Amino acid sequence: MCGDPRRIEAKCGWYGDDMNKSQLERTANRIRKGIVSSIHSARAGHPGGSLSAADILTALYFHEMNIDPANPQAPERDRFVLSKGHAAPALYATLAERGYFDAAELNSLRQIGSILQGHPDMKHIPGVDMSTGSLGQGISAAVGMAISAKLRGKAYRVYALLGDGELQEGQVWEASMLAAHRELDNLTVIVDNNGLQIDGDIRQVCSPYPIDQKFAAFGFHVVRINAHDFGQILDAFGEARAVKGRPTAIIARSVKGKGVSFMENQASWHGVAPNDEQYVQAMEELNRMGDA
Amino acid sequence: MAMGKKIATRESYGNTLVELAKEHDDLVVLDADLAGATKTSIFQKAYPDRFIDCGIAEGNMMGVAAGLATTGLVPFASSFAMFAAGRAFEQVRNSIGYPHLNVKIGATHAGISVGEDGATHQCNEDIALMRTIPGMVVVNPSDDVEARAAVRAAYKHQGPVYLRFGRLAVPVVNDFDGYAFELGKGVTLREGKDVTIVATGLCVCPALEAAVLLSEAGVCAEVINIHTIKPLDTQLIAASAKKTGRVVTVEEHSVIGGLGSAVCGALAEKYPVPVKKLGIQDTYGESGPAEKLLEKYGLDVPSIYSAVRAFVG
Repeated sequence: MCGDPRRIEAKCGWYGDDMNKSQLERTANRIRKGIVSSIHSARAGHPGGSLSAADILTALYFHEMNIDPANPQAPERDRFVLSKGHAAPALYATLAERGYFDAAELNSLRQIGSILQGHPDMKHIPGVDMSTGSLGQGISAAVGMAISAKLRGKAYRVYALLGDGELQEGQVWEASMLAAHRELDNLTVIVDNNGLQIDGDIRQVCSPYPIDQKFAAFGFHVVRINAHDFGQILDAFGEARAVKGRPTAIIARSVKGKGVSFMENQASWHGVAPNDEQYVQAMEELNRMGDA
Repeated sequence: MAMGKKIATRESYGNTLVELAKEHDDLVVLDADLAGATKTSIFQKAYPDRFIDCGIAEGNMMGVAAGLATTGLVPFASSFAMFAAGRAFEQVRNSIGYPHLNVKIGATHAGISVGEDGATHQCNEDIALMRTIPGMVVVNPSDDVEARAAVRAAYKHQGPVYLRFGRLAVPVVNDFDGYAFELGKGVTLREGKDVTIVATGLCVCPALEAAVLLSEAGVCAEVINIHTIKPLDTQLIAASAKKTGRVVTVEEHSVIGGLGSAVCGALAEKYPVPVKKLGIQDTYGESGPAEKLLEKYGLDVPSIYSAVRAFVG
């Protein structure tokens, strides 16, 4: 199991409590507002794949991972690698919400001199464990972190979030082969399966399906979940922690643009910012959801 | 100069990794199914638990090395230069260079002296690729003594280092009193006044021999060994150019983007003088015995001698 038994106890308490599940939902909603505002401020960015990942990131940073925002370099901390680095606004909004840096920073996204680069930069952003952006590379770094834990008998766990389009990169499968070969049961790979990439439907562009069977064939324990159901997300993480001798792949079926009606399931919202009018509408929708 | 014993710098690499591992328990070694050839097999035998064979997947290996480095380990990622610098260029650039991670890349089988395997495995472009990456240190040692010192210096240096080694056994040239290795510092091996020969890697030895022949012909050549191509010792090179007025560069690498380009770039800014670039002249290599190839591509003693003589006029 995990390194710190007290943590697990605390987590189970939170997990079993409906109130706290709704707390997670409200937190994810605030993170979605951070995503939309920061991309609107930047007038550029990737809202679709950021919004689809918001619940997974919330579950990781507010429930699953053993982390301390006051000590972001703690050697024993769990690690997270955003292999789909273009969802940086989601990671930044999550880190700000979790207290790694001031939420006011979010409005500097993509501006000259900002720590919040278009893709995650570990040198300057507190809480970012690996610089990513070029697809297919983050998972390799996550494998390296997990191997390091095994070599030195450390209890920390490593999480990597991948896009489904990203699975077209051959390096993902190089990394997966090595992860299973080295029996990295401290590694959890999550696929944000929103079904869309820049050029359209992943099935039309170059289908990565069946994703679950591919990871299973590579030697992973595979779990399929709804990426927007906290019960399922937390169960899947719990299952991954219990699996011994192999890594886990969580195939999380998600909605691209989740939470903003006109962005949902639209490939065209992969990499464009909302204009002022769209921004107002998006924030109104998210505010209503937050109050619900 | 002791011309007796010959040793390939890849051998020096494998041996020094074992020595360093005894002293430092944070050192780990990665390879991509070429341990026997890169000589990391020597390390694997001594420290099997600290050796990670990534299989034939160099891009992934560089990313794994980056991940290991984020946790405080010091990984030496090893493959042939063609695959380490060539195939994995973007992983090295984005996963190692951009975050400035403490990864050392041990690239063996550089240049045409790979020999019989031919053009696909003879990388004459790695120095060019690696020196464009901000923060990357690029080292091309000339013999066993220098290669051992370079591996140790790379371990001590904080940040990414590209180490270039050869397959071919080469003579030892640096076993003289007072030899000291410092990253970024060139070594003047012979003083001269008529021309400066700047050489790197396995070209240092034939450049020195050519200088001996040149002196017999009345040409007094200064010979500088540039083991670190980045950061380049521009001060030493410019000072020598000021003295001699002419520079010849010699490298087992393309004349585009390698030592010759680096020296031209530095001199153009510091002290412009005519430069002759000896190396691979914008072409691919081919199969053949290494020595014969070095001869054919103009990197043996007679070729260097003739080129320098013609250049000096």
